[in-house]
Amino acid sequence: MGLYMVKRILQSIPLLLAVSFFTFAFIQLSPMDPAEVVLHAQGVPKITDELIAETKTALGMDQPFLVRYSNWLASCLQFDFGSSYITGKPVWSQLGPALFNTIKLTVVSVAAIIAVSIGFGVYCAWRAGKMIDRSLRGLFFFLTSMPSYWLGTLMIWYFSVKLDLLPTSGMDSYRSYILPVALITVSYAGIYFRIIRSSVLSNMNEDYAMYGRACGLPEKKVRARIVRNSLQVAVSVFCMAVPIILGSTVVVENIFAWPGLGTLSVNAILGRDFPVIQAYVLVLAAAFVLFNTASDILNAALNPKLRNDRS
Amino acid sequence: MVNMLEIRKLTIRERSTGKVIIPDSSFDVKKGSCLAIVGESGSGKSLTCRAIMRLNKPGIEQAGDIWLGGENLAKLPEQEMRRRRGRRLCMIMQHGMRAFDPSRAVGVHLIETLAEHFDWSKSEMTGRMKRALESVRLNAPMDVMNAYPHQLSGGMLQRVMIALTLVLEPDVVIADEPTTALDTVSQYEVVEQFIRLRERLGSTMIFISHDLGVVRKIADEVLVMKDGRIVEHGTTGAVFTKAQHDYTRSLVTAKLSLHQHFRQVMGE
Repeated sequence: MGLYMVKRILQSIPLLLAVSFFTFAFIQLSPMDPAEVVLHAQGVPKITDELIAETKTALGMDQPFLVRYSNWLASCLQFDFGSSYITGKPVWSQLGPALFNTIKLTVVSVAAIIAVSIGFGVYCAWRAGKMIDRSLRGLFFFLTSMPSYWLGTLMIWYFSVKLDLLPTSGMDSYRSYILPVALITVSYAGIYFRIIRSSVLSNMNEDYAMYGRACGLPEKKVRARIVRNSLQVAVSVFCMAVPIILGSTVVVENIFAWPGLGTLSVNAILGRDFPVIQAYVLVLAAAFVLFNTASDILNAALNPKLRNDRS
Repeated sequence: MVNMLEIRKLTIRERSTGKVIIPDSSFDVKKGSCLAIVGESGSGKSLTCRAIMRLNKPGIEQAGDIWLGGENLAKLPEQEMRRRRGRRLCMIMQHGMRAFDPSRAVGVHLIETLAEHFDWSKSEMTGRMKRALESVRLNAPMDVMNAYPHQLSGGMLQRVMIALTLVLEPDVVIADEPTTALDTVSQYEVVEQFIRLRERLGSTMIFISHDLGVVRKIADEVLVMKDGRIVEHGTTGAVFTKAQHDYTRSLVTAKLSLHQHFRQVMGE
C-alpha cells in the first residue's frame, strides 16, 4: 500500500508539470499585450511604443517563451506567482486569503453534500419504487435543474429580506455560511444522491447480501455490508466533487459577495490581470490532480482487490 | 421414512404484474435424503429454493406452506425465520466468488455467522472453523480465513461454504447449482465434499443442478421442473431409466448422447 501511494504521488508530478505548461502557454495566446494592460492599469495617459518596450523588458517579456516559463514555474514552486498588473501587489497576497475563504465554503458545502446525498441515497434505495422514493427523486431533480443564480436570488429574497433571518452577503459569522452552503448543496446533492442510490441498489442484489441473510445474519449487519461496499463508488465521486465545487463557486460567491476565488477570478478576467488568472487556473488544476490522486489512494485503501493488484 | 421438508401448494408470483411464475407446487424431501431439482434455466428451480429460505426479492411474493420438521416456516415472523436460517436451513451459493463480502476477509463472515448462532468464544469458533476447513482439504485454514474472496478460487470458496455448513450442522442444506461455475477438477472436488458432508451430518439436502452426471452421483430422488411446474418426481434410478414425461426423457437422452459422443471422440 505504501509503495502504491508513493507511485501514485510520483505519477502526479508529470501531470502537474503538463498542467502548468498549458496554463502558461494558453495565457500567452491571449490577443491582449500584457504590457499595455499594465500601462492602462497604472493610468499612463499616453502609451507609446517605447513605453511598451520598456515595460516588456521590466516584466521579462522580451525573453524566449521557455525561459519565461521556467522562471515562472520556479517562482510558483515557492508560492510566488508574480505581481498583479492592476494592484501591483504580489498575487499570492490576494489569492491566498481568497483561496482560504473558498476552501472554507467548499469544505462545509462538500460535508453537507456528502451528508445529504448519503442519507437520502441510502434511504431511497431501501424504499426503492415506493412513494417516498419517487417524491424525493422528483424533488431533487426539480432543485438540481433550477439555475443557481435564480435559486440564490430567491433564497436571499425569502430568508434575508422577507423573513430577515440570515445575512444577504459577506462572510461575517457561521450564519453567513447557511445560504451559500444550502445553495451549493441543493445544486449538487441531486447528482450525488442518485449515484449513491443506484450503487446501494446494485449492491442489494449482490450474492453476498443474499448469502449473509441465508446464514442468518441480522438485517442490520447485511445492510451495513451493503452500505460499506456501495460507498466505495462514492469515495472517488466525492473526492472529485471537491475541485469541481472549488471551481464552480464563481456564481455562488458573486451572488453572496463571498470574498473567495470566484469573486477574485471574475475581477481578474474583467481587468485582464494575467498573473492572477494564471495563478487561479494553476491552483484549480493542481487541486483536480491532487484530489484525483487522493481519490485513487483512498479507493485502494478501501478496496482490498485494488490494493493487492496495484501494490 | 419421515419427511424433513414438506412443501405444500407453493405459489410464487411477481408482485407488480401478478404474473404467476410457480403455480401450486408441492413436494416432500425425506429426512437424510438428497433431492435433486433439475430443469433448464428459468424453470423455477432457484426461486423454489429461495422461497423455502424466504429469501426471494421484495418484488416476488409467495404463498403456501413450508413444513420443516413439523414447523410451518411460511407462518413464522421474520425475526424467527432469521434464526432458522443458517442454523436449521443452510444455503450454498452458485458463485463462491460473489457470495462473500468483497471488502472483508472471508473469516469475518464465518465468525460473524457462528457468533450469531452459538455462544462459543472467539477461539472456539476459530478452532472449529479451522478443523472444518482442513476437513474439506483446505490445508492452510488460517490463510484461507485471512484471505479476501478475490484471493481464493471459486472452488476453494465453495469448500469454505461447505466447511461453514459442517460447523453449523443444519437440518437441511440447499445447494443452488454449486458446481456450475467450476472447472472439471474443482467440480469433482466439490462433489466429493458434498458426498462427505451428507455422510458426516446426515442432513437432508436439496441439490439444484442441470448437470445430470453430478445428479446421478449425489441424489436419491430427482424432481424435474419445466416452466415453473413439476413434471416428474421419482427416485434417481427410475427417472434415469423409466422417465414418464417427454421432457425428462429428452433431458436424459441429450445427456446420454453427449456422453456417447465423448466416448467416441476419446476412442473408447
